[in-house]
Amino acid sequence: MSIIVRKDTRVVVRGITGNEGRFHTIAMKNYGTNIVAGVTPGKAGQVVEGIQVYDKIEDAVRLQSANTSISFVPAPFVKSAVLEDIEAGIQTIIIITEGVPQNDEIEFIARATKKGITVIGPNCPGVINPSLKIKIGIFPESIFKPGSIGIASRSGTLTYEIAWHISQSGEGQSTCIGMGGDPIIGLDFVKLLKMFKEDKDTTSVVLIGEIGGNAEEKAAQYILDSRYPKPVVAYVAGRTAPIGKRMGHAGAIILGDNGTAESKISAYRAAGVLVAEKPSDIVKLIKNKTAIKGV
Amino acid sequence: MKLFEYEAKSMLQKYGVNIPQGKVAKSPGEVAAIARELGKPVILKSQLTVSGRSKAGGILPASDPEEAEKVAFSLFGIKIKGLAVKTLLVEEKLDIKRQFYASIAVDRQARSHVLLVSTTGGVDIEQVAKTFPQQIYRLHIDPLSGLTEIEAGKLVSLLGLNRDDSAVFVSILKVLYQVVLEKDAELVEINPLAQTSSGAYVAADARIAIDDNAIFRQPELFERNLKREEDTPREAEARKLKYSYVDLDGDIGIIGNGAGLVMATLDLVNLFGGKPANFLDIGGGAKLDIISNGVLLVIGKPEVRAVLINVLGGITRCDLVAEGIVVGLNSAPLKKPVVVRMLGTNEVEGREILRRNNIDYYPDMEKAAEAVVRNLGGNV
Repeated sequence: MSIIVRKDTRVVVRGITGNEGRFHTIAMKNYGTNIVAGVTPGKAGQVVEGIQVYDKIEDAVRLQSANTSISFVPAPFVKSAVLEDIEAGIQTIIIITEGVPQNDEIEFIARATKKGITVIGPNCPGVINPSLKIKIGIFPESIFKPGSIGIASRSGTLTYEIAWHISQSGEGQSTCIGMGGDPIIGLDFVKLLKMFKEDKDTTSVVLIGEIGGNAEEKAAQYILDSRYPKPVVAYVAGRTAPIGKRMGHAGAIILGDNGTAESKISAYRAAGVLVAEKPSDIVKLIKNKTAIKGV
Repeated sequence: MKLFEYEAKSMLQKYGVNIPQGKVAKSPGEVAAIARELGKPVILKSQLTVSGRSKAGGILPASDPEEAEKVAFSLFGIKIKGLAVKTLLVEEKLDIKRQFYASIAVDRQARSHVLLVSTTGGVDIEQVAKTFPQQIYRLHIDPLSGLTEIEAGKLVSLLGLNRDDSAVFVSILKVLYQVVLEKDAELVEINPLAQTSSGAYVAADARIAIDDNAIFRQPELFERNLKREEDTPREAEARKLKYSYVDLDGDIGIIGNGAGLVMATLDLVNLFGGKPANFLDIGGGAKLDIISNGVLLVIGKPEVRAVLINVLGGITRCDLVAEGIVVGLNSAPLKKPVVVRMLGTNEVEGREILRRNNIDYYPDMEKAAEAVVRNLGGNV
């Protein structure tokens, strides 16, 4: 069992002919991901690393049975790409691109949700499953090892940092999902906690959050209300961030007294979630938490 | 990007919303001239994008041009929440009968816009939400159908207005949604939406914030985007270079790749007793000049006494980062101690470049953060 990705995941890369798209296509393919097609308007007939490029997503779906897309297209074109993916019947849409306008995100996520389609991102590193050897995204795969810890994160490199500590300790990850750093994103901690709950390969969950919004507070509430059966540990970045300043991510901003790290940490503590003070503490906390649950 | 009150009002006026008569002034003389032209009692409003201007004494009335000039003298140059008053909006004093509240903002969790209206206008809405939540009515706007006449009408009916007033109110709400969609506003707020003694609805105060990610398709805001009053000079310079940079008040310069990692680095430095001087995210896959210019930007800040660089190489190559650091340091006019943490793609090559140039290197970010604090004499 796994979440988001499966053995029959067939990936189409949007923006495959660009520098970034090509680079990551090679990395994903070498890792073991089944990349079946690429899409770049006006570039049909080209072949990138042995992968057929099409003008339209419909062709990738019809001729190569693509069911998952990953987008590297520039921000102004993301909305039309995602709307086409939805129409074409793509089931999981992953958007790496940073800088997508919020109104576009609101619209395409609403359309996808109506059809039961999963959207990951925008502004995210994607998803990786080290035991299935599937990576749809930009993760440095050497950091990840097969294991039983599920990771859901609002960050990119900070996720690699924590995954690295986990792998160094001899543990590994079941599935790691970067949800994205924008205020409006397709996934949230609660949705992923629900998936991890059903996933037999995941025995504990790490939530990597940051200032801004209330995704962490909602997660804490859900963990409490559902008497969440698996150990959950968390990290919250931005404890010392100033109010009203956007800290790199569009979504990482404290507005008034909303979105502070203290609010998130106290919500977690109230729900029995252990909160790491430093990224390296995560492993220790998972071990503590697992021991407690085991008693 | 937050607009000034006068910019927000002029945007709303273009969509047909009534605003008070008035103009902006940069000097007491101009204030007097505008007051004379208006020929009635006025209000002088400091143009700052922070909230709480009124409480801080930034909004004052004047009954005639002479008084207006005198009040203006006292307002220009004062600081409110660290920002100096450089511009005043001089407006006619409205004869207000009732004050309402209307806004559209983004609800992150619901992934939609949320419309708020209240019969309690003119005060801080977050305060109203805490003390009289029943006086606020809200509607989540379905992104697929938009704000329909029926939905807006239902919401307004809760305010207890007569038919004519209700129709005007609905039309104003529709304007707010139009501004959200057409101008890529992430917040549009009229507070108070004043009903004057003549029965007209006037936007007595207004706030608009534009989605930073959508500025590329709002050409009339390109110039404005680079002139943000809330930016420090270094933040403004960084914005031109398209860096994600925030000034902080410590003495340890911080550079890293990825917003979450850089925030975590700030938190660690604080935890070890240091004080970060800035936040700089060079992003993923940064090129050599982005790194070297970032080093120059941070090292050039006078308050910076040491620099911590934290890079986790995924799509970013450590050897390129190391080269960029060396180029940046070599062209910096002042030498300051630098500690580098690097891990990931081409780490070995990167480490070798740092070693050749005698730059402190650690594979672990906590050790690097400790080292930079210790170098400055902190107790770790």
